[in-house]
Amino acid sequence: MKKLLNDPENAVADSLAGFALAHADLVQVHHDPTYVTRVGGATTGKVGLVSGGGSGHEPLHTGFVGDGMLDAAVPGAVFTSPTPDGILPALHAADGGAGVLAIVKNYTGDVLNFDLAVELAEADGARVATVVVNDDVAVENSTYTAGRRGVAGTLCVEKIAGAAAMQGGDLDDVTRIAQHVVDNVRTMGVAVTACTVPHVGGPSFDLPDDQLEIGIGIHGEPGRRRVKAVPADEVTQMLLDPVADDLELSPGERVLLFVNGMGGTPASELYVVYGRARRLLEQRGVTVARSLVGSYVTSLEMQGASVTVLRLDDELEALWDAPVHTAALRW
Amino acid sequence: MTLDADWAERWIRRTADAVADRRDELTELDREIGDGDHGENLVRGFRAVVAKLDARRAEVDGSGAGGPEAPPRLVGDVLKLTATTLMSTVGGASGPLYGTAFLRAAKVTGHETIDTRGIVAMLESALDGITARGKAEPGEKTMVDAWTPAVEAAERAAGEGDEADALRAAAAAADAGSTATIPLVATKGRASYLGERSAGHEDPGARSTALLLAAAVDALGEEPA
Repeated sequence: MKKLLNDPENAVADSLAGFALAHADLVQVHHDPTYVTRVGGATTGKVGLVSGGGSGHEPLHTGFVGDGMLDAAVPGAVFTSPTPDGILPALHAADGGAGVLAIVKNYTGDVLNFDLAVELAEADGARVATVVVNDDVAVENSTYTAGRRGVAGTLCVEKIAGAAAMQGGDLDDVTRIAQHVVDNVRTMGVAVTACTVPHVGGPSFDLPDDQLEIGIGIHGEPGRRRVKAVPADEVTQMLLDPVADDLELSPGERVLLFVNGMGGTPASELYVVYGRARRLLEQRGVTVARSLVGSYVTSLEMQGASVTVLRLDDELEALWDAPVHTAALRW
Repeated sequence: MTLDADWAERWIRRTADAVADRRDELTELDREIGDGDHGENLVRGFRAVVAKLDARRAEVDGSGAGGPEAPPRLVGDVLKLTATTLMSTVGGASGPLYGTAFLRAAKVTGHETIDTRGIVAMLESALDGITARGKAEPGEKTMVDAWTPAVEAAERAAGEGDEADALRAAAAAADAGSTATIPLVATKGRASYLGERSAGHEDPGARSTALLLAAAVDALGEEPA
């Protein structure tokens, strides 16, 4: 294993220390337990937004702490959910008196640890709502599994709910809008290479040079199927079609198209994927009204990409356009 | 045979030893159908509990509060300390599940000693907590498949025997229940993403449950005369 790390056991702590220094104008990093808050803490009268999950997906979630997005984020160990002792103070720190919305990716560990922390926060008198993101269409048979996983669509939920909170929505409004995003966003990803978890030291799965893993999650777990490596246009179609079909997009609809890199893929390749995905959507008569291309919800150094489509309406479009100022996303 | 706070403490210490001894086995089971961190997570969690138990003993010894005048130490106190420590140190799915199990068990064991009915109530409460938190049902290839037969066996044994019989019956049933998860197809937890490919592997959470209940039986044998 060759990585820019010191002791692999300290990978998360070392990275957070640098993150805190680089973005001291935006965030404050707390230790024992670990959580990240906006500088200045909760905004009085604003609904607080908290998310969290295993580390290794940076800039998700810590990079989205700031104005117009999250008030606090809780990073766990690499690919391991954080524990309630970190989530609980983050929920309290984000509470400006208008309640807190917890945004949770649908992985059993994340859901259970957030559940527990929310129960403890409520016992302290806090008002907390939870939205579970499950945008990954690669999981078939969701009735017979722990359900679809939360992946890149989480960014859309955090951005749009963050804007709704910033504009003064109450906890019910912000929760409804977050759920509305969850209901209208879908994602599918591909791995070109596996990734290596620092404290494990070897790749999370073996992927031969001439094969691709289609339908991956974001924790280095294997995907839905393995296919022979084919040109980017064909791969993109394998990602876009299930997403568009699942959303049941009709001609005339407007969408946000988000092509996300998994950590080790150059921006130039992401734009190759974006170009093809956009043409495929246009062939379906769908208008791409907003776009985002970049590595935002990653799996360490994995090469690969995911394609996310969010069905837009006037409300979501305006909230997406609202100002945001975080380490990783700003306009 | 007295099931008191000392027994509960021995139980937790023996569990810490057992998961450390079997760490590789638990890790391998989890690597096959999960994410490979179950052994590591449980070792870290139970070590943290033992450290807290040690610290508490040192405190009691140091202050002389451990004498006959000391406030009664309840079985539930030990289980509650275990619950809160596991919740904050284990992570993943097993931290909240075992944490909730011990928290619910602590609620019905706020006594100096527990009897046969107390054991059954403790196990039932633990299972109720796991089910409430994880929403799993029997047959879904989770730790519920070890806990459910354990509770049923303890109930049956309690009708005829003493508290030790109830515990032994529970441990044996959990062991058999864990083995019986091998052919099952997982429909809860991370193993469920593998679908049919999850069959043929034992569930790591069911196996660690069997280790936990076996340790409760082992802890019976160390009582000072």
